[in-house]
Amino acid sequence: MTNLSKEATKLQELAYELKVEQAMTPDPVTVAPRTPMTRLRELLRDRRISGAPVLSRGKLVGIVTIEDLIKCLMKGRTGVAVGSVMSQEVHTLCADDPLVHAVSRFQELGFGRLPVVDRASGRLVGILTMGDILRCLLKQLEVDYREEEIHRYRASHIFEDILADDIAVSFRYQVVGGDFHRAGSCSSRLRTSLLRLGLSPEAVRRVAIATYEAEMNLVIYTPGGTLDARVGKERVVVRVRDGGPGIPDIEKALTPGFSTAPDWVRAMGFGAGMGLPNIKELADEMRLDSKIGEFTDLEFGVCL
Amino acid sequence: MNLIKIRQLLEASVLCGAESIDQEIQCGGGADLMSDVLALMEPNSILLSGLTTLQVVYTAEMSGVMAICFVRGKRPPPEAIELARARGIVLMATRLPMFESCGRLYKAGLKGSSEVPPGTARPGKRRHP
Repeated sequence: MTNLSKEATKLQELAYELKVEQAMTPDPVTVAPRTPMTRLRELLRDRRISGAPVLSRGKLVGIVTIEDLIKCLMKGRTGVAVGSVMSQEVHTLCADDPLVHAVSRFQELGFGRLPVVDRASGRLVGILTMGDILRCLLKQLEVDYREEEIHRYRASHIFEDILADDIAVSFRYQVVGGDFHRAGSCSSRLRTSLLRLGLSPEAVRRVAIATYEAEMNLVIYTPGGTLDARVGKERVVVRVRDGGPGIPDIEKALTPGFSTAPDWVRAMGFGAGMGLPNIKELADEMRLDSKIGEFTDLEFGVCL
Repeated sequence: MNLIKIRQLLEASVLCGAESIDQEIQCGGGADLMSDVLALMEPNSILLSGLTTLQVVYTAEMSGVMAICFVRGKRPPPEAIELARARGIVLMATRLPMFESCGRLYKAGLKGSSEVPPGTARPGKRRHP
C-alpha cells in the first residue's frame, strides 16, 4: 500500500490522541444579540472569519454565520440585529473532547464551525473549524517526525564529530530485582539508544535480545544490579553485574533447558532455562563469572 | 501476507497501531514461553501468544516482532497497549484459541520462522570480518 494511506491512518490515530482545545482558536470574536448585521459584516470582513458565536451576559445563546448575512442582504433586511437572524440551537464541543469526536460532529452536522465550551462551567473558550483540525494534525505529524529525526541525527554523529584515535560511548542502567512491572525497560531504552547511534538493526537486535535475557535474570533471581553498555566503533560490549546469590554451577546454568525458576516465574513465560544459552548463541563472545553468596558478573560482546 | 489479511483470517480486533496495519509480515510464530520467542522469532513477524503481560511487548520489541495477536479472547492491561503504541508494535486480539489461530494463518500460506529463506531474516552470527 502507499505511504499516503499510511499517513492517513496515522492521522486518524492522532485524532484520537489530540484534544479539541489543542486545535481550536481560543478567545474567538463574539457578537451580542443586539449587534447590528452591518457591524457583523465589517467584523467578518476585517477579521477574515465566516461566523461568530453570540454571547448574552457571558452565556452562549446562538451562532451567526456569513450565510445568515447573505440571506439578510438578499431580503434587503440590512437594518436588523444579530439576535433576530442567528441560529438559536447551538451545537457545541467540549474542550477536552478528542479531535476525532469533533470530526464526526462536523460530518454529521455539516457545519463549518463549532463553538467550544469548558465542560464544567459551560463557558465559551474557543471556536473550531475543519481548517483548525487540519492545521493541528499536520503540525503534530511534523513534530513527531522531527523529534525522532533529531534524536537520531544528534546521536549518530557522535562517532564522526569527536576527534580521537578511538572512541566509545558508555551508558549504565539500574535493574531492580523483583520489579516485574519494569522488567525489560532497561533493555528497551538501550535498544532505542543503539538505534539512535546509527548501529545496524541486526546488531542492535542481537544486543537487545541478549541484554533482555540478562535483565530478566537479574529481576527474577537477584536483588538487582547494573547493566553497562560500551559502544565502540567495532563492537558493543554489555556487562551485567548483580549482588545476587551467585550461580553454583556455571556449566549447568549454560545447559539449554536447565532451570531453577519457581513456578510463578514460569507462569509468566520465563524461566525455561534458555536465558544464558540464548545469550551465548547471540553474542560473538561471552564471559561469565560468579561467586556463591556474592555476585554474578556476565559480559558479552557483539561485533558491528 | 499483510496484517489486514491476518486480521481478517483471525477475526481479530486491533488494539493499537492501526496506522501500520498495511505492513507486510514475513512469518509467524506462536509461543507462551518468552525465551522461545527470543530464541526463535524472526524480525518482521507476528507473534501469537496467550500471555498478556508487559513483558510480551518488551520481548516482541527486542526480537523485532512487528505485531502481536493475543489469542483466546485475552486482553492485555492498558500499560501493555500504551507501551506497544509507543514502540510502534501492532496489537490485536482474537477469540480463537492458539491452535486454530496458528492453523488458519499457516493454511493461508504464512510461513513459520524456520521456513523463511536464510539470509533474509535469520540473525545468523556474523564473524569478525
